[in-house]
Amino acid sequence: MSAEKITTQKVNFKVFRFNADADYLPYYENYTLDVTSEDVVLDILNKIKWEHDGSFSYRRSCRHGICGACAIKVNGRSTLACKESMTTMIEYFGNEITLEPLSTKRAVKDMIIDKGDFWEKHAAVTPYLVADIDECPSCENLVSPHDAEELDEADLCIQCGACHYACPVVEINSDFFGPAAFVAAYRFESDVRDSDGERLINVNEEKQGVWDCAKCFECAEVCPKDINPINKITKLHQMAFQRGVAKNNVATRHAVGFLHSIKKNGVLDEGGLVLYSEGLHIVKHLPVALQMFRKGKIVPPWGITKSDKLDEIQKLIKSSSTVKF
Amino acid sequence: MKKLKYALFTGCTAKQSTPEQMMSTMAVARKLNIEMIELTEASCCGASHLQDYDDFLSLVLNARNIAYAEKHGLTMVTICNTCQLNTAMTKHRLDKNPELKARVNEKLAEVGLEYKGTSNVIHFLYAIIDDFGLDEIKKMVVKPLSQFNIAPFYGCHNIRPSELHDESHKMRENPYKPTSLDDLIIACGGMTVDYEEKTKCCGFHVELQAPNTAAVLTGAAIAGATDSNADMMVTPCPLCHLKLDTQTKSASKAIGREVALPVLHMQQMVGLALGCSPEELGLKHHVTDVNFI
Repeated sequence: MSAEKITTQKVNFKVFRFNADADYLPYYENYTLDVTSEDVVLDILNKIKWEHDGSFSYRRSCRHGICGACAIKVNGRSTLACKESMTTMIEYFGNEITLEPLSTKRAVKDMIIDKGDFWEKHAAVTPYLVADIDECPSCENLVSPHDAEELDEADLCIQCGACHYACPVVEINSDFFGPAAFVAAYRFESDVRDSDGERLINVNEEKQGVWDCAKCFECAEVCPKDINPINKITKLHQMAFQRGVAKNNVATRHAVGFLHSIKKNGVLDEGGLVLYSEGLHIVKHLPVALQMFRKGKIVPPWGITKSDKLDEIQKLIKSSSTVKF
Repeated sequence: MKKLKYALFTGCTAKQSTPEQMMSTMAVARKLNIEMIELTEASCCGASHLQDYDDFLSLVLNARNIAYAEKHGLTMVTICNTCQLNTAMTKHRLDKNPELKARVNEKLAEVGLEYKGTSNVIHFLYAIIDDFGLDEIKKMVVKPLSQFNIAPFYGCHNIRPSELHDESHKMRENPYKPTSLDDLIIACGGMTVDYEEKTKCCGFHVELQAPNTAAVLTGAAIAGATDSNADMMVTPCPLCHLKLDTQTKSASKAIGREVALPVLHMQQMVGLALGCSPEELGLKHHVTDVNFI
């Protein structure tokens, strides 16, 4: 094995500082530090505390990417400090690096935030196995490898909050459970031993539930454990239909409406989809629709160019559909 | 330069709510001497909503679309970020999982088709950068957009998840500091505007079920571009375009501030720089007037 040469370079750090007990407003402290090709982001936090300012505060514990304590934001990107190499961060952002807590508005002291909303939402999805357990079983409660695969790595979540505070919907809709809570919900919903009937209904409720996900993939991009939270959100959507708990509302009709449209035209009938999803509530879209109509942006149902070989599409829908609503 | 030829997957909006996107795609293709074979047999990609309902069916339908591009022996070009995401995601999953591919092909065989995995799926933005080249485009610019500050709005589904998109194009786009659209703006002679929201979500996909969330996201994007002195925004995604162009009223209301900026499709921007007429590019189809021409 040939050892790679360790290189060092100067990097300018702009570091968020705030003490809720003493400061009226947060401020940024600048440090220029030597960064080696071996450093992870946590090494920089340590360097600042140990060599520059002992009052600098951040959470850290395991240093092995398993406790989830040290997640912060580097140039706006959620990052697990002990796992992320500085080389990658410099590659991403150059030599001007900003270190901030996961959520500046929740800052308590420097990198430390009040993660209360995260834990509250995590707890709200029943993040544990609900099962009638025989206290004196005659044999082990076995889970086959095939069934275990269904968890799809959702059990690897370390609750670091990287995805939760990268999610734009969490910041706008305070009821929204957020990607990490959905991963926890999926973890137990996909467990064959679980018999909780309420969890899936709970995470499908309007406002708080999976249907408010904006599909931006921020969570998938930041997860330090590569769990792909949005993929679990998609699976929770599918489960709601498969298990018959999907309510008949604008969100579910919006999903099913695609099938109807494709069956009829191959392509989407945009107006028809909104009508199917909204029902009578379509009236609220009329002012915008009128503006669009004036600009030639609305095609009536009879003007839609259907896909060629529509019969093929219809045949495939018939033979390949796996759910019913 | 060798004439480029692609199989064009137009997606649904290009044929309905954003006719200007179709017009400008074809206008730019003509200018760059690119031949487009339109996949008229293609179905909707499911827009990640059919995927919420029936995963397997959405794979079969998207595999069918790609199979038609394969029949032509051509790279499939998309002109919508969400079409790109769902088509490329299908390709990725089928190419990585032979068992799943076999199951999908069993269905496709019923209509005499097969998904092989031989055609690349790439968004038009990256296709012209990779295959035509920014320098070549620059050489062809006859009306540089030199007096304009242009705010690029990348659209989630072209940059995230980055691992997926790295498979389709040559440049390794940094999802936190993407450059493709900025580079294209510069090639067209414009000034790029840097602002925080340029890689953020426009809210399109929750428009119906969470109108406030969607409107706040749209408002924040336009406000971010405005505050960075942009004269206009430009996007490769027709869904982002719909939000930013047609929903300024609800967006303004949601963020408590009047916002509106002209928003160009990436193809319209290139078209203008290459000397296409406003009529060819369908500029009259915008709800927020393009008032600088």
